[in-house]
Amino acid sequence: MTDARTEILSRIRGALGSADSSAGAAGTTGAAGTAGVTRAPSVVPREYRSAGEHAPGSDAVLEVLIDRLVDYKAEVHRTTPKDLPRLLARLIPQRSAERQVVGSSDYRSPDVLPTTPSTPRGAVVVPHGIDQAWVSAMGGVEVRTDSREAPLSAAELDEVDAVVTAARVAVAETGTIVLDGEADQGRRAVSLVPDVHVCVVRTDQVVQTVPEAVRLLGADPERPLTWISGPSATSDIELERVEGVHGPRTLHVVLLS
Amino acid sequence: MRIALAATCIADAMFPQAPRAVVTLLERLGHEVVFPAGQACCGQMHVNTGYLADAVPVVQNHVRTFAPVTDGEWDAVVVPSGSCTGSIRHQQSMVLERAGLHSEARAAAAVAELTYELSELLVDVLGVTDVGAWFPHRVTYHPTCHSLRMLGVGDKPERLLRAVEGLELAPLAEAEGCCGFGGTFSLKNAETSAAMLDDKVATVVDTGAEVLTAGDWSCLMHIGGGLSRGGTGVRPMHLAEILASTRESPVVPGRHGSGRSGATTEVAR
Amino acid sequence: MSTFLGMPAARDRRGPGPDAAPGTLSGVGRPEDPLHWGASFPDAAKAALDNGQLRRNLGKATSTIRTKRARVVGEVPDWEALRDAGSAVKTDVMARLPELLEELERNVTARGGVVHWARDAAEANRIVADLVRARDTDEVVKVKSMATQEIGLNEALAEEGIAAVETDLAELIVQLADDMPSHILVPAIHRNRTEIRDIFLERMADAPPDLTDVPRELAMAARAHLRRKFLSAKVAISGANFAVADTGTLAVVESEGNGRMCLTMPETLITVMGIEKLIPTFDDLEVFLQLLPRSSTGERMNPYTSMWTGVTPGDGPQEFHLVLLDNGRTKVLADEAGRAALHCIRCSACLNVCPVYERVGGHAYGSVYPGPIGAILTPQLTGEESDLPYASTLCGACYEVCPVKIDIPSILVELRAREVSMTAGSAGDTADRVWSAAMKAASFAMADGARFRRAARVPRLLRAISRNGVIRKLPFPGSLWTRSRDLMEPPKQTFRDWWDGREDQR
Repeated sequence: MTDARTEILSRIRGALGSADSSAGAAGTTGAAGTAGVTRAPSVVPREYRSAGEHAPGSDAVLEVLIDRLVDYKAEVHRTTPKDLPRLLARLIPQRSAERQVVGSSDYRSPDVLPTTPSTPRGAVVVPHGIDQAWVSAMGGVEVRTDSREAPLSAAELDEVDAVVTAARVAVAETGTIVLDGEADQGRRAVSLVPDVHVCVVRTDQVVQTVPEAVRLLGADPERPLTWISGPSATSDIELERVEGVHGPRTLHVVLLS
Repeated sequence: MRIALAATCIADAMFPQAPRAVVTLLERLGHEVVFPAGQACCGQMHVNTGYLADAVPVVQNHVRTFAPVTDGEWDAVVVPSGSCTGSIRHQQSMVLERAGLHSEARAAAAVAELTYELSELLVDVLGVTDVGAWFPHRVTYHPTCHSLRMLGVGDKPERLLRAVEGLELAPLAEAEGCCGFGGTFSLKNAETSAAMLDDKVATVVDTGAEVLTAGDWSCLMHIGGGLSRGGTGVRPMHLAEILASTRESPVVPGRHGSGRSGATTEVAR
Repeated sequence: MSTFLGMPAARDRRGPGPDAAPGTLSGVGRPEDPLHWGASFPDAAKAALDNGQLRRNLGKATSTIRTKRARVVGEVPDWEALRDAGSAVKTDVMARLPELLEELERNVTARGGVVHWARDAAEANRIVADLVRARDTDEVVKVKSMATQEIGLNEALAEEGIAAVETDLAELIVQLADDMPSHILVPAIHRNRTEIRDIFLERMADAPPDLTDVPRELAMAARAHLRRKFLSAKVAISGANFAVADTGTLAVVESEGNGRMCLTMPETLITVMGIEKLIPTFDDLEVFLQLLPRSSTGERMNPYTSMWTGVTPGDGPQEFHLVLLDNGRTKVLADEAGRAALHCIRCSACLNVCPVYERVGGHAYGSVYPGPIGAILTPQLTGEESDLPYASTLCGACYEVCPVKIDIPSILVELRAREVSMTAGSAGDTADRVWSAAMKAASFAMADGARFRRAARVPRLLRAISRNGVIRKLPFPGSLWTRSRDLMEPPKQTFRDWWDGREDQR
């Protein structure tokens, strides 16, 4: 008996070989299935924009990014390196008693609004490669560090209130930030399990279009990539968008310039 | 121009007022109209129902009948139907090609190149939008699927209608939604077709129009049948019938359709 | 209704009949064959049309998503160029499929993944079940996946004592209600919020008793229900939206974060993917990541897209299995005219714009692939006779929105031709013979001007039964028409008789 691999590949070759290349499609516009049997890569027309008209990090690009992020209910903040630690400290939510118990998250309100600096602090997890200056001012916050070598368990991650990461690139037109798992962005679980994700994006990392980002990420395609556009959401009930499901229910994007 | 008319089988047999209006209109614009007697049908019904072999002689007859246009016998072929034009342009050569009739397939493509739906002929070929028509009625326009998406006639029919003196064009909600005719679909999936028809009839009635017009009598037969069944009083009329109407020789929306006795679109002599 | 003039006869299909149509809490049940279940299309459509709640749910949902899509597509200046590129990339993939699959396999393997090949549903299910059992667990979490729906993986695992938990909100609703998905993107589109609330209250043990039908509350109830499973599952099963041949990268596009949970937290990840899901290069993602979200959910970008390449030490699943599934795809590939159906990226834009789908919903198609794409994909995958190619008016709205420009109307016509030749080869039933005879007769009459002149005069005989210019009732088969609409009275004189009279007077 032939193994499945051999048989499938042979079926495909048979299918491609047996296709009668003279039979046209029914063709309302003749666009259907006219693939020939040649095996050389065919020429793909790429008339689409490979880059936007605005430079990465320009004001125009940032304006679009902010508009898109806000549209999809992300919280956007602009700051400078000097003010960043204070801002981060303010964004870490109050410790939630409920959130310490796995599975008992309050189903009714994902209210994790920033609190005033005087309220009791929660715990935050950061990837080990994060700029230490960022977390330096988080007085009263318990900062836990995660790395591939010394990872927190799922239960431990579920107990922290927030995660702070850097990013690899952001796409303005789609309101997307991309993490590539490097040391300042951390393991995928780290930016997933905590209920609040604070993502720090340098303005020079913001490109206008998707192709610009793909080109950049293509330099290291084997890295695990997470494209994030707003907090988790669902439209499964009557196509009505609800923000905040399994992924972080709150996404803060901090633009650093 | 010398223009050959492909009347379409359905209009020839059931709605002759439409091709007659085309004759009236084009002659009024100073063109000569010819009706090649060998014509019957474009073959669309057979093709779209899957009877491609049975479509072959029908298509062959059409191509044979209109082939002289490629020799300059006529300047163009006009068809008062978006879907028949679509079939001529996008299906006929495929049908012949599949039957191994390669040279006839090429001939079909050549004929198709010189074949135009009515609004295309008027706007693109003859370069007119104001055809000097007069039609003092409130009208709504349903863009039929094949004229809209297969031919891409765009807003040509509406431009022609807006230029008609006295005509009030009422916008149709969900205009681009299919009426549910679909040829044999209306029989094979009768309930679904009827559900689509109900929705179309409702939006037509909402316009408050006296007349529903379109570029295809097949769709008009369907929507018109629903409008009649619903006792709505809205009259279906082909675009050509409205464009043929003048102060001197007005077309009056008939009690059913547009004057079944044929009194409406008498040719000016 | 009678199917006498209806369709090439569909074989007796497994699964419940139209009586189990949506509207009640319990769904249509899980059929034996996910590609062929329920009543014939016209009968199932009729049942759906009679269900007012279903029609309201569908009408509201499809019009919402149509509007959203149109808005976000409208803001992309190079949308048509992206469609051209997407179409060309997929054409290229089909032409080079063997080489690209081998390239994918090499790259996945080089990065620590294990590639399996499955000829059909049974083989794929066997592979997955064996992998799960070897991990010593009886529960797996699943990301929404059309491929695993198509092969009935959940049912196959259940027979081995393994519970597969659907984690997408809509799939969870469908699973809890013992239902089938009725839409590719929004499987519970046939349910409104109140029905979903009722399903949760009755079928989800940890649903809060005071649960209301506010969508946010329902989503939060699902979150609480699934969270423990995510954090403790050993094995996850997913599909794939794209697989990149030149890097071995897999991509899953989602919204809720359930995908990220499944793709990240468990030790073992098993991905089942149709062999057509390939794209040649990483750069090609720049085309599809623009086309898919806007076409699908009507968003500029979906909330989450995960990409992984084999195994990343210390991050995510440390064991990765990729199951490459044929299950009829090579049959589709063999038909050059129908092959473009394999270009589909499962966005479901064609469902949302289809006037037939909007009226009858997904269950009427009797396949996990409903709507226009289902009407061309399902019969090609099964190779069986089908009434689905006739479930369209050929209005062309699907082709207009398809992000990879699949000419669905043309393929429908091709498949109708195939149905006709299949029934011509067999004895056929009465309906087939009637249609065939009618088409033959029409072909004869319409292939000659003189013959047509005589035929065109026949309808005027109907003037005898017309009243006030219309015919309200015709005997069968004309009753199929006059049941819902009048027929306008035929004219006294055909066009060509009038024309000849005019010529004679000249």
